[in-house]
Amino acid sequence: MPKVIFHRDGGATDVVDVDAGSNVMRAAVQNGVDGIVGECGGQAMCATCHVYVREPHLDALPAISEDEEEMLECTAAPRDERRSRLGCQLTLGAGGLEEVEVDVPATQI
Amino acid sequence: MCPRPRSERVVVIGAGHAGVQAADALRAGGHDGPITLVGGEPVLPYQRPPLSKEHLAPGGTPVPLPLRAERFFADRRIDLRTGVTATALDRTSRTVLLDDGAALPYDVLVLATGAANRVPAVPGADLAGIHALRTLGDAQALRAGLSRARSVLVVGAGFVGLEVAAAARAHGPAVTVLEAADRPLARALSREAAGHVAEVHRRAGTDLRLGEAVAAFTGRRGRVTGAVSSAGTEYRADLVLVGTGVAPRTALAAAAGLPVVDGIVVDECLRTPDPAIYAVGDCASHPSVHTGTRIRLESVQNATDQGRHVAAAILGGARPYTGVPWFWSHQGALKLQIAGVRLPGDENVLCGDPATGRFSVCRFRDGRLVVVESLNRPADHMAARRLLAAGRSPEPGRLRDPAFCLKEFAREPAVA
Repeated sequence: MPKVIFHRDGGATDVVDVDAGSNVMRAAVQNGVDGIVGECGGQAMCATCHVYVREPHLDALPAISEDEEEMLECTAAPRDERRSRLGCQLTLGAGGLEEVEVDVPATQI
Repeated sequence: MCPRPRSERVVVIGAGHAGVQAADALRAGGHDGPITLVGGEPVLPYQRPPLSKEHLAPGGTPVPLPLRAERFFADRRIDLRTGVTATALDRTSRTVLLDDGAALPYDVLVLATGAANRVPAVPGADLAGIHALRTLGDAQALRAGLSRARSVLVVGAGFVGLEVAAAARAHGPAVTVLEAADRPLARALSREAAGHVAEVHRRAGTDLRLGEAVAAFTGRRGRVTGAVSSAGTEYRADLVLVGTGVAPRTALAAAAGLPVVDGIVVDECLRTPDPAIYAVGDCASHPSVHTGTRIRLESVQNATDQGRHVAAAILGGARPYTGVPWFWSHQGALKLQIAGVRLPGDENVLCGDPATGRFSVCRFRDGRLVVVESLNRPADHMAARRLLAAGRSPEPGRLRDPAFCLKEFAREPAVA
């Protein structure tokens, strides 16, 4: 089963099993991982599911769409050019990532 | 100001986006007393926006995304009661009665009762096959219907109507949309942006009929077979979606003697004239600093921001609510985002070239930027939210320069 490891601001870690086809934002919201809001429900509209992806998963990430690129410029916590992504755009399993490890920013709003 | 005791009992009526956010923010903000959250639907509170979008898409996920995980409520000591409705409010004894017989005493009450769909008062409106969309139950019935439908009629070219029309087209059936106004999204959008929206839907194969209201639904053996419009035209359909607006759910407040004028009347801090009662979200009418008038907003942003705001007020930090309203809609390939609230008479200035399908309409009032409607231009939208929150505005004339970019302007240092 695909897996997401969340490192929350403040140090706690959540390891969450995810259904194939789901994404990092949904995994966080469904499992009550603090620090990920997902206010728009996963349409790259609100930039409140911002995460910093850890090595060694950076190369396995899907390409950033133009819309995600524009939203990433407006995150509440500073963007990291290499590591910042919107969790709703990171699909797990089913041709997507099998495992991903992310840092949750200090703020989303 | 007297500090409030931290043990006070807070009851929140309504477990939609506003109610859940209020309960969450109260606990996160340090409230230590009991919090009870009452929701009318018999399910864990869920996100509504996907119901009219990816929930309906072919192959889309039928499982609703919860607003918070189940364990969230237990972990936060939030007493979540689902499948029950508040039936009466006694302001003298500060008690809410529920339809399961429970009586909930409160020190502070938050009304987050939302809105209900309006049903057109025309013959045949109760035929089977006529859907509305508000709840998860509605969405599941509509999703099942769409997978079988051969022809779909959507009444009302508002956000829900157009989102469902786009989703229905993706399933394959013929789709007709009837709209009484002369353009889609007439209440929300400028003529320029609305014209582009109409074109996008027509190009996708939707038959968009403007200036036509529904006069009657037709049926056979209790099932809808179509409709007759105000122009006398007959349309065949085996599935109908009615998206003709909502009415705020104010009955509980009104029966308890609270003032209601298109929404529960609250002050700039979201409090009703009864100091123990607040109202937030779709059901609340508040004085807006953005329009200088009293407004009621139907949006997720307004619901969640007001949920956070009311929690701060209950915790002793009452201050005027000034959140910049924003909205979004997904209709097939069209991503529409609006920041700000329009008023009639605002001046429209285009930013970008509509022929590219990626542009914004900036609306100015007394020479100041007040609304940005962005079509497939999320960067403009995010810049607009920043500018409106900061009260900054470009000169309207600058937008006529094809090189002008709202995003770059938002990065310029503010002129004092």
